[in-house]
Amino acid sequence: MPARGIDGFTVAETLHEGGMAMLYRVTRHDDDPPMLMKVPRLGEGEDPAAIVSFEMEQMIMPRLTGVHVPRFIAMGGFEAHPYIVMERIQGSPLSALLREAPMPAEEVARLGAAIADALDDLHHQHVVHLDVKPANILFRETGEAVMVDYGLAHHEQMPDLMHEEFRLPYGTTPYMAPEQALGIRNDPRSDIFALGAVLYQYATADLPFGEPQHLRGVKHRLWRDPVPPRRRRPAIPPWLQEVILRCLEVKPDRRYPTAAQLAFDLRHPDQVVLTERAAKMRRDSYLSVLRRRLRPEGAEPRAFATARQLRSAPIVAVAIDFALHDEGLEGALREQVTRMLANRPGSRLACLNVLKTTLLAGDAKHDEQGRSRHVQRLVELRHWARPTGLDETRLTFHVLEAADVADAILDYARANRVNHLVLGARAASLSRRLLGSVSGKVAAEAPCNVTVVRVNRGG
Amino acid sequence: MRIAVFSDVHGNLEAFRACLDQARARAVDRIVLLGDLVGYGADPAAVLDLAMEEVRRGAVALLGNHDEAAILDGPSRMNDMAAAAIAWTREQLTPAHRAFIAGLPLMIEDDGLLFVHADASAPSRWRYVTDAEAARHSMEATGAHTTVCGHVHKPALYGLGDTGKLTGFSPVVGAPIPLGRGRSWLAVAGAVGQPRDGDPSAAYLMIDTTPLQATWLRVPYDVATAARKITDAGLPAGLAERLFVGR
Repeated sequence: MPARGIDGFTVAETLHEGGMAMLYRVTRHDDDPPMLMKVPRLGEGEDPAAIVSFEMEQMIMPRLTGVHVPRFIAMGGFEAHPYIVMERIQGSPLSALLREAPMPAEEVARLGAAIADALDDLHHQHVVHLDVKPANILFRETGEAVMVDYGLAHHEQMPDLMHEEFRLPYGTTPYMAPEQALGIRNDPRSDIFALGAVLYQYATADLPFGEPQHLRGVKHRLWRDPVPPRRRRPAIPPWLQEVILRCLEVKPDRRYPTAAQLAFDLRHPDQVVLTERAAKMRRDSYLSVLRRRLRPEGAEPRAFATARQLRSAPIVAVAIDFALHDEGLEGALREQVTRMLANRPGSRLACLNVLKTTLLAGDAKHDEQGRSRHVQRLVELRHWARPTGLDETRLTFHVLEAADVADAILDYARANRVNHLVLGARAASLSRRLLGSVSGKVAAEAPCNVTVVRVNRGG
Repeated sequence: MRIAVFSDVHGNLEAFRACLDQARARAVDRIVLLGDLVGYGADPAAVLDLAMEEVRRGAVALLGNHDEAAILDGPSRMNDMAAAAIAWTREQLTPAHRAFIAGLPLMIEDDGLLFVHADASAPSRWRYVTDAEAARHSMEATGAHTTVCGHVHKPALYGLGDTGKLTGFSPVVGAPIPLGRGRSWLAVAGAVGQPRDGDPSAAYLMIDTTPLQATWLRVPYDVATAARKITDAGLPAGLAERLFVGR
């Protein structure tokens, strides 16, 4: 137990005794948020990795910002008392919900999307967490997932002390990605694999690869596929099995390219394209396992993989307004997104149309012939997208019902971590002068890049 | 405190000015000139004038091997291009420049920060710190927490922990790296006046002391003018050409 007062912090009770560090509740000023102090175990006989991983955490934590990480408050060096003081997240860890597994698919998807949001945020801050597991995932009272413990993390703009010092992989065996077991530490898709293992666990109440005690056991997952979730729990819908097994692919290239795309699928189950993963009811045959074992699929380490991976797989959303009856603009939008998605096989396109609802909408749901306007718009979106030639696995269609078109598009972009919005500019008209421009508002307020497409007519 | 470290200016006035301007705009408190103010470039006198002005205003300057060669007599132990440049440089210097260089120290240590042009284990031998073993040699010879050197013309960072493992890292431009107290560090500043890492922009190093962190920065400058002056001075054409490609 550290001395009661360190650098102005008063140490209260012990919150947690971990293998590598102790957590204490601390206080300082009245207006401080709830705080905890993390102190590494540095005694004789302790794992030297505890020291190095604590150094890493001291390097990484002060650089992280946002709701998905505990706020960094202070740290002390190695001369006296090494420590980090950070915000203490009030909510409970995911591990506290383990007794509720197997959870309903909707609940697994809701939690999974929140965690994927947090991972996407970390990846954009150049960090791969590398120890995604229920005990390291907390939830704020407002619902956002918070990732804690950066002792094994990799920051692509800083020296990776864990890698340089030990070479052998660190991580938590039930959740560790196969390439991580081979020593690769800079692929954000390793976190997607680990999240897949977490989703599997909460959907089935079983771990996909058991609990190997040694690294050798972890390497089994390079060739041995997990029991399909639906075989363990037939109530699991095919779309969830599709999502989970895609996360758990051995080759990172076959997983979701970004956590944002995983969150997207978890939020839109009806849009998940089902492949043979969804239908799989038994593990692969021994022959194919043997074949893989003889020729295991590895992944090659790449420099600066974190940022490059994110850039290679953006979510692009395009908003199309069919009410303009402007085929020229619709074609220009199609050409624009086709160019943006070319040469980025990991990217995907969300096609949006906003169905305006009014407060006086008595007949809004159906047109004169009784057809659903919503369905009609979906048909039009698909028709619009067909000439892009994009594979169906990269396309989704969304009819948003809202009173304000710009707000609907903005809300959609925020909720789905869209990287790039594309929309058309209306030609000058009376309604534009009266109502203001949708594209102008979206461009001003969007949380991402915006491309406004205009058709140059005449002149 | 914020310290800007300029190494290997090599008579490149355009690059030196561009770096000084940027560092000032970033509210730097102290300037360290890490040696090799002259050699290769066409403006040794102007660069020395500027350096002497900075030193009058509180900057710290160290000796580099090219500075030393520029005030010695007789043949220098350098390759042909460098030797040709040194021979030319000697003719450009005034007695005041020579006196300034003659008074420069090899090494300065201040509050755990050690500044030196080359390998700190034998600073006057001008050994290059180009790899992990050379870095270890330099770090183990001094008790400094953080060593800052130049001479190599390529940015790098080495860390040495209690376990004896040495880590090497290629810094990312503009991304601050915390230099934790848990290990000792050796930071190789890039070159202001003749970068050799494939990026022609001028390189310098910014060090913040609380908490201790290092940020490598790059500054675009008027390469064409610096190169033209080299050609006009009759210096080897290779010295001008390499500025365009940073090799």
